[in-house]
Amino acid sequence: MLTLSVNGEERTVDVPANMPLLWVLRDVIALTGTKFGCGIAQCGACTVHLDGQPVRSCVLPVGAIGSKAVTTIEAVGGTASGRRIQQAWLDVDVVQCGYCQSGQIMAAAALLARSPNPSDEDIDAALAGNICRCGTYVRIRAAIKRAAASP
Amino acid sequence: MNVQQIDLSRRRVLQSGALTIAFLWCAGGRTARGAINARRQPGDAAAAAADGNPPFAPNAFVRIDADGAIRLVMPNVEMGQGIYTGACMLLAEELDVGLDQIRVEHAPPNDALYALPLLGGQITGGSLSTRSQWQVLREAGAVARTLLVAAAAERWAVDPSTCSVERGVVAHAGSGRSLAFAALVKSAGARPMPDKVVLKDVSSFTLIGKPTLRIDAPDKVRGATQFGIDVRVPGMKVATVLACPTFGGKLAAVDGKHARSLPGVIDVIRIDNAVAVVGEHFWAAKQGLEALDVQWDPGANADLTTAGLLEALAASSRSGTPIVGREVGKRPAGGKPLEAVYVSPMLAHATMEPLNTTVWVTSDKCEIWVGTQVPTRCVSVAAKITGLPAEKIIVHNQYLGGGRIRRPSTGRAR
Repeated sequence: MLTLSVNGEERTVDVPANMPLLWVLRDVIALTGTKFGCGIAQCGACTVHLDGQPVRSCVLPVGAIGSKAVTTIEAVGGTASGRRIQQAWLDVDVVQCGYCQSGQIMAAAALLARSPNPSDEDIDAALAGNICRCGTYVRIRAAIKRAAASP
Repeated sequence: MNVQQIDLSRRRVLQSGALTIAFLWCAGGRTARGAINARRQPGDAAAAAADGNPPFAPNAFVRIDADGAIRLVMPNVEMGQGIYTGACMLLAEELDVGLDQIRVEHAPPNDALYALPLLGGQITGGSLSTRSQWQVLREAGAVARTLLVAAAAERWAVDPSTCSVERGVVAHAGSGRSLAFAALVKSAGARPMPDKVVLKDVSSFTLIGKPTLRIDAPDKVRGATQFGIDVRVPGMKVATVLACPTFGGKLAAVDGKHARSLPGVIDVIRIDNAVAVVGEHFWAAKQGLEALDVQWDPGANADLTTAGLLEALAASSRSGTPIVGREVGKRPAGGKPLEAVYVSPMLAHATMEPLNTTVWVTSDKCEIWVGTQVPTRCVSVAAKITGLPAEKIIVHNQYLGGGRIRRPSTGRAR
């Protein structure tokens, strides 16, 4: 039995310690907003926050999380940077198919939290590991800048 | 005002047979499906029940519930191209409602009702959705609006042409009266189909042609959209597949003893050209797959490699008989030939959302949850595999995490 802090709630799960957080979220506690894309930390669709830092949940064993706070796309709107990023995403109409967007938003919210006014280079570096097959990158960059400029 | 009048009386003939409809559409006739009532089609009692028996369902696309909630049954699937927004715009324009007032639903598989005219089947692809549905969905909206206005005009004993509609409210300016759709759906639903509907002139469009935010964005931004892979059925198991690494190869042998001993692994299933492991969750299934000892029979393509393919193409391109090539006109004298080689590797039509299907087979029905561009093909494949009649195959289409001509897969979840 492991106890995790997920989106501000204590969740006790009966899973092996080497099980990646992604599958605990999706298959055990039914938080399906976090997406499975590649399973090998190459696409970024599974990005969540661990104490505010972006991590790839598909390769993060739950046993390694300890007491750190897990935040997913379902709750990132409760943080200041997450709320601004989500609003900017709507204003700029970033999404297409939307499958990668949970991960994009989590990566962008973490960036904005640590870098209030990110440059193009900062954005490219922070989101380089988040793949979008629809090719929404240009709007992602515009939305992050809009979020940075918003109250 | 220059308006387009659509004669519906002729089209009612089409209601008699699905094949006729498909044929006429393929022939490029200017007939439309806006007048077809889903419930008049064979097997529609079940469809109406699945719909929640809305009091107003004048055609295959429009549903208005007793509380006035407007639903658009989406003939095409959303995989990022924005068709859910575009289709809503077509309907809302003619129905005179706001985009925010429409709730979208994925259409059930039904070629007779939801075939894409330009493709002849219920298929989303070829960048044809808007072109195909342009007239169909506008007319569906116009038919619904005509019936609702007629119901209001009859109640007020006024000429329908003196009534207007805005955001789902019918109003009569002369007397200052107004009624919301909710108050009209019952009587409108009992009315005969109109003989004619009038479509708006392009110059009077308020939605079509105007920049509009996507209707599917708010849920996608919150992680609330349900893609096929997000479907959760009580008691469901998860299977994952290892396919033969060469095209046309077969599974020769598999030792699943170790895999079966792992916690959460339920079964190892041999398939002709692949092997699947079933688990309590994806992680268990994946662990099981990695623990298999598999031998493949690679077949005739054992030696086929990307490098080999590229070499063959390069050799062919220099042999003087290119596979594809065309020279138009005369070469200019004294020109310097420019030579370049462009190489593209063989790529999978990989989507961000891994291909997935959830299937629930019982003795008398097969229920399928899948994001697919070809829902009716899913029905025929499932009917063939299960031996069940097509009407016992229920397909719940889902949002697609990318399209790119992904095929229906027929994995077994239970």
